[in-house]
Amino acid sequence: MRAVVLSLAIVLAGGSAFAAAPGGMARVGPGSLRPLYAPDSGTTAIDVRAFELARVPVTNREFLAFVQSHPEWRRDRVAHVFADDGYLRHWVQPDELGAGVDPDQPVTQVSWFAAKAYCAAQGQRLPTEAEWELAAAAGDTSADGSTEAGIRERILAWYGRPAGARLDAVGHGTANYWGVYDLNTLVWEWVLDFNGTLVSGDSRSGASADRMQFCGAGALAAGDKQDYASFMRLAFRGSLEARYTTSSLGFRCARDVVGP
Amino acid sequence: MRSTWKVGGLLGVLTLGVLLASPHDAAAQARPPVKAAAAPAAPAGAAVEAVLTSAPDVPPPLTRRDPAKVVVHLEVREVDLEISDGVMYTFWTFGGQVPGKFIRVRQGDTVEFHLQNHPDNKMPHNIDLHAVTGPGGGATSSFTAPGHESQFTFRALNPGLYVYHCATAPVGMHIANGMYGLILVEPPQGLSKVDREFYVMQGDFYTVGSYREKGAQPFDMQKAIDEKATYVLFNGSEGALVGDKALKAKVGDRIRMFVGNGGPNLVSSFHVIGEIFDRVYTEGGSRYQENVQTTLIPAGGSAIVEFKAEVPGTYIIVDHSIFRTFNKGALGMLKVEGAEDKLVYSGKEVDADYLSEKAGPPSTAVASAVTALEKGTLDIKTQTAAGEMLFKGTCSVCHQTTGQGLPNVFPPLAKSDFLMANKQRSIEIVLKGLNGPVTVNGKTFNSVMPPMSQLRDDEVANILTYVRNAWGNKGEQVTAAEVTATRSKIKLPPGAAH
Repeated sequence: MRAVVLSLAIVLAGGSAFAAAPGGMARVGPGSLRPLYAPDSGTTAIDVRAFELARVPVTNREFLAFVQSHPEWRRDRVAHVFADDGYLRHWVQPDELGAGVDPDQPVTQVSWFAAKAYCAAQGQRLPTEAEWELAAAAGDTSADGSTEAGIRERILAWYGRPAGARLDAVGHGTANYWGVYDLNTLVWEWVLDFNGTLVSGDSRSGASADRMQFCGAGALAAGDKQDYASFMRLAFRGSLEARYTTSSLGFRCARDVVGP
Repeated sequence: MRSTWKVGGLLGVLTLGVLLASPHDAAAQARPPVKAAAAPAAPAGAAVEAVLTSAPDVPPPLTRRDPAKVVVHLEVREVDLEISDGVMYTFWTFGGQVPGKFIRVRQGDTVEFHLQNHPDNKMPHNIDLHAVTGPGGGATSSFTAPGHESQFTFRALNPGLYVYHCATAPVGMHIANGMYGLILVEPPQGLSKVDREFYVMQGDFYTVGSYREKGAQPFDMQKAIDEKATYVLFNGSEGALVGDKALKAKVGDRIRMFVGNGGPNLVSSFHVIGEIFDRVYTEGGSRYQENVQTTLIPAGGSAIVEFKAEVPGTYIIVDHSIFRTFNKGALGMLKVEGAEDKLVYSGKEVDADYLSEKAGPPSTAVASAVTALEKGTLDIKTQTAAGEMLFKGTCSVCHQTTGQGLPNVFPPLAKSDFLMANKQRSIEIVLKGLNGPVTVNGKTFNSVMPPMSQLRDDEVANILTYVRNAWGNKGEQVTAAEVTATRSKIKLPPGAAH
């Protein structure tokens, strides 16, 4: 009884975002990533230190609580430089979800600035691109999902579907090797350095200065040219500005590992 | 990175302003003399919104005498549509269907292009118009996230029929999902007057399931990389140009087809069965060839074909790489209605039997063998005589009448160790065909022999008896009963059964 009251109090305070089951943080890593575009020819792996990642994306319910406690992030008050016109527009009111929005769906139509502010309010941060990719590279039973049958197909099936369909609630599927849900199969997710990989508007530029870009050069430079799901993630992130929002873009928070 | 593009875009506009204000058109000077002669004047009058059409329709010819500022709004939609009967595919489209909307402008027009990425889309997109002179053909300036819009402006310097397509990574996949269309830049004098204009665009598609496998079929990257198309289609679906949706014309109509090929991989051998193109503006350029049967259209290229419909009937539009037509869907129809012209085409005048001279006159040897078999008096001599006739009609095309085959291509039967070593195997090969490497007289052959499904069992027996006793071969008879027994025992591949 006492525990229930305690967790309820936390939710009301708009504090812990991870009340929905399965909630909380999962420890991910340490691990190493094979970079799709190596920063230089000598780099064959990017080491990622252990970190904690929310098991599920932030939901509408959680983001509503944040907006209520931080009204400067209401869609009718947010500065235009921090969020575009699509920001939270699927909610019926600036502080109300409405009947058409499932509280347990991942929140979408949020800008990078808003996502970053949300995580900061929880004493957390957005995961880096490398952290997110490490978590998302896992399969059901191992840290490297590329060795597991069906994983790539499952990811690509989501990439191939239009975004128009109604989103599932978070935590709907099964957790991956790290105990994290919904990576790759529910919404795109903001990362801290979403525009860190240099991508030009034309995905085929092959000039020497643009060696890290993915198309013309991609055939030579990409770690695994079969891994086009990664290309699509890079292309998607590259199309974004920090104030942008889309109907299939959400986020989850991360934090450094505390203690040993 | 992005702010750099915006500065670049701004510079572009400024440069354009300078060009327009300049007494000598610097852009025209930079082009070959033929283009300078046609150098357009600066756009005059108010901006006009471009008329966009979905295939097979084409926007009406432009009647403007002067260049204009033309505004184009093109919306990217990711949609589930039927690619074949009962087969759904998620297409990425410029305007809601494949191919993308047809855009028609005039040489010298200043085109203000708005690319809108629908909020329900999942992917970022951009556009490379081959009609654009500038980096990426517009792609560098039009990379757009879902729920957003990009704008850039270009001047249509060169006349012609140009492909446009998405160039977002993975580029091949965006094109394979249908992200292409055509933009026509009319020369100042316009195109010659015709009665009907059509918009046809070919593309190849790659699905996880096989051709016509029902249900929702996802894109198959491996097949795309291997260039093994599941579908080759005109206008984005198997049914796009057939039945009620066939192109329609009347006898006497002058017809112009704007034909594009989006690829991503395959080159089209574009052909209309029963028509000769009076003119083909090859590769969508300014010069035409006359009296063309089949024109090659590269992936990412186009052609303008013109002909007059002189005889009524249904004309089949194909990629003359013909398995694509009959096994992958590259088939459209043009229905021409009107009065017959028997002087141009007579229709069927004679319907008679014809046997190829190779097979000779109706073979008494073959008939005698059938009679002898019925009477139970079939001997090896009658069999080999009948077998020889049948061999010449069927087998000699590859194995040659001498039984020598063709070096490195078709194995010999004469003095063949492979043939003579195993009678049972030779029966099975005739029934099932043979695919893959075999070693004959020490040489390896890797070819394909189709199943001889058109032959009766007694005919197979006669042929085998012949080849096993011709050209120095010496072997026993093969009986029809043996062939029948073999047929009932083996599993014939689909298509090999009678």
